[in-house]
Amino acid sequence: MRPFAFKPKSRIKEFVGEKLITLSAFTALIVIALIFIFIFKEATPIFTSPEVQKEASLSKMTFKQQFNPKQEPRFSWQPTSDLPKYSLYPLFLGTLKAALIAMLFAMPLGLGAAIYSSEFAPRRAREFIKPIIELLAGIPSVVLGFFALIVLATILQKMFDLPYRLNALNAGIALGIGVIPIIFTLAEDAMTAVPRSLREAAMALGANQWQVSFTVVLPAALPGIAAGMVLGFGRAVGETMIVLMASGNAAIVSPGFIDSIRTMSATIAAELAEVVFHSPHYNVLFFIGTLLFAFTFCLNLGGDLVLARLKEKLQGKH
Amino acid sequence: MSVDNQVIAMRALDVPAAADGNTNNDRVPKMVVRRLNFFYGAAQAVYDVSMDIAENRVTALIGPSGCGKSTFLRTLNRMNETIPGTRREGIVLLDGVDIYRQIRDVSTVRTRVGMVFQKSNPFPKSVYDNVAYGLRVNGVGDPSIVKPAVEDALKRAFLWDEVKDKLNTNAYMLSGGQQQRLCIARALAVWPEVLLMDEPASALDPLSTSKIEDLIAELKKNYTIVIVTHNMQQAARVSDYTAFFYEGRMVEFGRTKDIFTKPAHKQTEDYITGRFG
Repeated sequence: MRPFAFKPKSRIKEFVGEKLITLSAFTALIVIALIFIFIFKEATPIFTSPEVQKEASLSKMTFKQQFNPKQEPRFSWQPTSDLPKYSLYPLFLGTLKAALIAMLFAMPLGLGAAIYSSEFAPRRAREFIKPIIELLAGIPSVVLGFFALIVLATILQKMFDLPYRLNALNAGIALGIGVIPIIFTLAEDAMTAVPRSLREAAMALGANQWQVSFTVVLPAALPGIAAGMVLGFGRAVGETMIVLMASGNAAIVSPGFIDSIRTMSATIAAELAEVVFHSPHYNVLFFIGTLLFAFTFCLNLGGDLVLARLKEKLQGKH
Repeated sequence: MSVDNQVIAMRALDVPAAADGNTNNDRVPKMVVRRLNFFYGAAQAVYDVSMDIAENRVTALIGPSGCGKSTFLRTLNRMNETIPGTRREGIVLLDGVDIYRQIRDVSTVRTRVGMVFQKSNPFPKSVYDNVAYGLRVNGVGDPSIVKPAVEDALKRAFLWDEVKDKLNTNAYMLSGGQQQRLCIARALAVWPEVLLMDEPASALDPLSTSKIEDLIAELKKNYTIVIVTHNMQQAARVSDYTAFFYEGRMVEFGRTKDIFTKPAHKQTEDYITGRFG
């Protein structure tokens, strides 16, 4: 017989606690769903209203249009001109250009820093580098945008003798600075998560530090690194403030990277405040929002799935 | 290195192999350890251990957890150097050559003194790539050499028949026992002379364990083996010599049958009869 009595567990507390936790989880889900539904609802007239479709139908947004009998058909985003033009192609191209440059800039730097920090840096250096780069993620994007607008643009213009200060290159590099911490953090975490036993196995076979890093750690961490790239790309596509300030915001269709661009996100930010309520323009802006939302959502989902698979792989599950 | 040089090196060392004298002096030792001390930061883990490791014999290291036997094992192929903040004193000879002072390139030491770990640790790569890894990192990439070497290593580890149709599947798809024998095959592929095994069967079921033990009995024809084990019966079954470690010191070292039938020290007797541990 126990010389003291146990207190019976409160079933009500447990019940309430469990429901509250469940509710909070579902609240987040519901909020996301509601946001998506709202944005999409504001975009639906593009598909349903013949009146809106006269100005902005799916085909008008997708394909080249002839606006003037004397001119060739072209892609054009001029929603506020007398003859509103709603081609999404220039915006799409601008977004892609900026994101591409951002990734080209951030991938080698973020990945290189991650490899150095996780594999080669002495512990002291690592304890210094890791928080600093992660701190970079906390810089408000408006500050990065400001830096690109005032400082970076001038430097780039002088360095490459560019005709315009604000262009895709400028915006892309500024965007890249914002993306580096995402790639760095995920890649670094993935590499340090590779078990010590694998490194030891390689070293016991005569591999040096360099070989351990590049033939064992890096391949094992590849899904995490890929997830970092995907999430970084998602950030580059969705990021607004930096491109709004640094890109020049001209919806130019050109293959070059030294022309100004206008991205999808910056277009929404710049135009939504002044658009006529429930006009075709308004609907189109929400349609762009829907596209952005769907795109970044898919990228994030894909990135998370890859990360989950990495964890399983490293724990030896299949 | 010739036997003469070996003897000269030993004389220079001038320390007996163990407290009770050279108990395995019927052969030239493959490895010689003298006055080995090892420190993790300020904490000393191994105290003044001297030991001769006989060629083509199995030497078992036994003792309770934390007694320094695994740490000692890792000094035999310089794996201790992978842990920052550690320090070693003393001499370790391989064929009379000091592995710390006379062999500059650590990978030379580790390819001559291979290691199998407690928990099987195959790379997340194919069976073939696992076994080929040691060859490739040491500059042997030619498939006409690697392919037969992989097959040979898998055969020596008694794994070939089970995996010959799965060479391209991920190593993680193998069973636990197969994974451990794959790790042994991987170590054998670089043709080591000494094989260090750190509790190689402690995470395996009895059947897989007996396969590993059979394998050890077969391997000692061609390799010098040092095995750390918690399992007294296993030490008695597979080893020719046994060293009993306690609190960082080597308490007793001798022929396995002597250690298990007439131990000289009370602590050894208490441990092998299961009175503590």
